[in-house]
Amino acid sequence: MHELAIAQGILDIALSTAIGYNATRILGIKVIVGELTGTVPEALEFGFAALAKGTMAESACLSIRIIPLTGHCRDCGSESSIDKYSFACASCGSHAMEIITGRELKVESVEVE
Amino acid sequence: MEITVMSNILEKNEEVAAEINAMLTRRGIFTVNLLGSPGCGKTSLVEQTISLLKNEFHIAIIEGDLYTSKDADRIAAYGAPVVQINTEGGCHLDAAMVKSALNQLNLNELDILIIENVGNLVCPAEFAVGEHAKVVVLSVAEGEDKPLKYPLVFRQSAAVILNKIDLLPYTDFAIDCAVRDISGLNPQAALLQVSCRTGAGVTEWLEWLKQQVQLLRK
Repeated sequence: MHELAIAQGILDIALSTAIGYNATRILGIKVIVGELTGTVPEALEFGFAALAKGTMAESACLSIRIIPLTGHCRDCGSESSIDKYSFACASCGSHAMEIITGRELKVESVEVE
Repeated sequence: MEITVMSNILEKNEEVAAEINAMLTRRGIFTVNLLGSPGCGKTSLVEQTISLLKNEFHIAIIEGDLYTSKDADRIAAYGAPVVQINTEGGCHLDAAMVKSALNQLNLNELDILIIENVGNLVCPAEFAVGEHAKVVVLSVAEGEDKPLKYPLVFRQSAAVILNKIDLLPYTDFAIDCAVRDISGLNPQAALLQVSCRTGAGVTEWLEWLKQQVQLLRK
């Protein structure tokens, strides 16, 4: 349940953003979550709802976008998706793959009023 | 009004972890974040490491555990300094917990710090605690499917210890599959076959660890 710690991070960012804009209510929060983080969206929503109670984010809608795992091959330079966690280049088979996307844990935007 | 922020959710933890890492690097203390399921043999690996290296290196341990001090008591019997962190239900250590534990350790003349995380293959992988390297222990009793089921921890680790290798004849563990999957996830990782019970492969683990200490000091 590290989703609870992640939910706390989301709430902290949302609240401090809202306070910075003198908002009174947080309507929505958009987050992006990389595939490799192993974050379970339902657990994140559950944790967020529990933590947000009694704050101005209480009725905020949390939208979670999962970002698929993709990589860049250091040998041939091509970019490809990484399926089933096999870090082999789809073009040349090399294992010298660097992750491009799939590790994200970010708050994209906060909607306030 | 929609405000674009693009903030890293774990930024606070990562800042504290980077601060700890810089301090440990400055002091030349090679630090391992030791990960693995409950019962995979993390504490046994720590015991072997201390008992075989204590004449050569000053080693300290931070023990993460939900509620008990059972592991810390085991380690204390070997005479190495140990600090217990009880997460009280928390599934992973974070950098702030490690930072306060470090205040209880004498860091002078320390060569190696091992942070034994809470037994869990999921959550601790996401939270840096200031380490130079993550090391994951997987015991053969857990099954060869675990690397692909918990890819992040295997991708993030500098070394993978396949422990309880002495039990191999008594299990259906397909070692070729495990090796293939781990190499696919993380071709750079050192893959070491160990039995903390019989001592098989422990020398190779200690060699890897000593090499990392030397690399840090360069």
